[in-house]
Amino acid sequence: MFKAIMGFLAGACALAGPGMAQQPPEAQQIRTAVLRVDERRLPPISRLDLPVADLGFAGARLATEDNDTTGRFMGQDFETVEITATPETAVAEMDRIIADGIQFVVVLADDATTLALADQAGDRAMLLNARARGDALRGADCRFNTIHVAPSHAMLADALAQFLMWKNWPDWLLVHGSHPEDQALAAAYRRSAAKFGATIVEERVYEDTGGARATDSGHVQVQAQIPVFTQRAPDHDILIAADESDIFAPYLPYLTWDPRPVAGSVGLVPRSWHPAMEAWGGTQYQNRFERMANRPIREEDYQAWLALRIVGEAATRTNSADPAALRAFILSDQFDVAGFKGQKLTVRDWDHQVRQPILLTTGLLTTSVSPQDQYLHQTSALDTLGIDRPETECSFPEVP
Amino acid sequence: MKHLLILVPALALLAEPALANRVFVTNEKGNDVTVLDSETLEVIGTYPVGNRPRGITIAPDGSELYVCASDDNLVRVFDPQTMEEMHTLPSGPDPELFVLHPSGNPLYVANEDDNLVTVVDVKTHQVLAEIPVGVEPEGMGVSPDGGIVINTSETTNMAHFIDTETFQIVANVLVDSRPRFAEYNHDGTKLYVSAEIGGTVSVIDPATQQITGKITFEVPGVLPEAIQPVGVRVTNDGKKVFVALGPSNRVAVIDGETDEVKDYLLVGQRVWQMAFTPDEKYLFTTNGNSNDVSVIDVAAEEVVKSVPVGQQPWGVVVAPN
Repeated sequence: MFKAIMGFLAGACALAGPGMAQQPPEAQQIRTAVLRVDERRLPPISRLDLPVADLGFAGARLATEDNDTTGRFMGQDFETVEITATPETAVAEMDRIIADGIQFVVVLADDATTLALADQAGDRAMLLNARARGDALRGADCRFNTIHVAPSHAMLADALAQFLMWKNWPDWLLVHGSHPEDQALAAAYRRSAAKFGATIVEERVYEDTGGARATDSGHVQVQAQIPVFTQRAPDHDILIAADESDIFAPYLPYLTWDPRPVAGSVGLVPRSWHPAMEAWGGTQYQNRFERMANRPIREEDYQAWLALRIVGEAATRTNSADPAALRAFILSDQFDVAGFKGQKLTVRDWDHQVRQPILLTTGLLTTSVSPQDQYLHQTSALDTLGIDRPETECSFPEVP
Repeated sequence: MKHLLILVPALALLAEPALANRVFVTNEKGNDVTVLDSETLEVIGTYPVGNRPRGITIAPDGSELYVCASDDNLVRVFDPQTMEEMHTLPSGPDPELFVLHPSGNPLYVANEDDNLVTVVDVKTHQVLAEIPVGVEPEGMGVSPDGGIVINTSETTNMAHFIDTETFQIVANVLVDSRPRFAEYNHDGTKLYVSAEIGGTVSVIDPATQQITGKITFEVPGVLPEAIQPVGVRVTNDGKKVFVALGPSNRVAVIDGETDEVKDYLLVGQRVWQMAFTPDEKYLFTTNGNSNDVSVIDVAAEEVVKSVPVGQQPWGVVVAPN
């Protein structure tokens, strides 16, 4: 911490001098890795969501380009290694990355694998979680070496809840899937409802019985099934779908028994990023990404980009490539980074979650951005989203 | 008799030394420019100018109006009197904001998508140089003697000092997050650089390239995150600095000698860019979310009027004559 601040001052002095125009002979090397763990999954319900080969990597490439451009003026050189793994090979890949001397690893994996990788890395590397959203990973299972760039279930649920309360739609019908991650997301909605004064009038479970979700004639059965599944619910303003597994949510809109809007996993969806976002300089960010990757950006790309920008920003501000100095600076109260969301993004010291506004999006547009104006907080309005300091179940060991 | 009565005030107006100036406002989403009269504050007309017009400036002699047509990847040049397009200038991709050399030539253009500053000769229409800068170049300022051009890069968070003779970067100053705008005072002793996400304006000594102070802002009842400094303008005597504060819908008035905030003026929504009339009677501000321009009385430090313009007003310039 102290070291980091000293580095920052030295950097600022050096920078201001005219001599910085020439790159120093020995460039500082900052090496990072992106480890994407691909689980075996069913194809998505909609072909618009088909996986792309460079998911996450494309965002990381843009960040590395950005960091390198700034690095030209700092005498810093950034390199990012891209690795794909399966849940079975991921731990061995993490060891190889660390053996290669890399101490910052962006991880795109599910909750269980992210936790296993964090434990494997221990104090040998810092992880930047760019996909896993579970609250336990930031709570009882939190690890000091992991920064959560992806928003948590609790943040996403709170973002939607604030908007629905502003909209005066406090009565929710909660429909969740039967997989553990669906149940975890449903728990986040229950917590949000209690926090902001909404009522869950009834909960229903959409069991994944393993039947074909999408077939040539699937819509015929779905058309008959969904109205029946949602009939005779108590009065509600909106249906909230918690479907992390992509089993049923896309079928809900316009097929519910009652004419009600749908939000959550479909309809009005809380997200870290959206390819139509244009505010706060977003347009040029989308342009740069699309020109590089030849496709619209996805959340995993934004999160991987932000993860590596966090490392790059720390390197710029400390004028250092020393991983220990960068780690200390990222975790200090001096750190902030811009992420095209209209305000500084910072790291919560109680669970290492990145504070960030959450976009509430429809298919085509950003409908709103939470936190909503009326929700105030004594330290940061962003802390109205997710697990706040007094309620965290995370306890880090005493920092040496 | 009636005709005569009309003629007399018209003649009297012509005899006045302070003639009305034309005020040009780019409308980013409207793809046009709204022209206002700086005395009557009425809209004279609206003219198409190409796709996504943002930065706008005018020749020192008022002969040519330059518009960054960002999505056309060029600068369009208009006759300020007729708003007829005269020709275009190569600008490099996605020109956002630019600054003219005090002599009127060349034009220094920030290419936001390409991490470049392009230097264009406005007479020969040739590109003189492309200078690699940081990520998302935007703000462009020029020293009063024309020796140094400043570019700010929004993701790199630096003010780059570019020598206008050699086209080389001679210094880089790290400032706060998302620097949007750079403006010298008129004797060249201070350089102001705004940081939109950092929420500050850095005051830089151009001689030493050191940050000598940081102006911060606080508006009662406004969330700190909404205070996002963008446009900066300094009066000729250097005594007043105006800073547009984005979605806080305020313009800060700063004492140019002490760099302390004196007041906040309520303007339209999401205020970004500003321009003085040549006599510094008025300052015009573009308010991108309320689609209007606020008119500030500079001496009284008061907003006197708001004038509806086009879709998402972005840049503004006032003709010198």
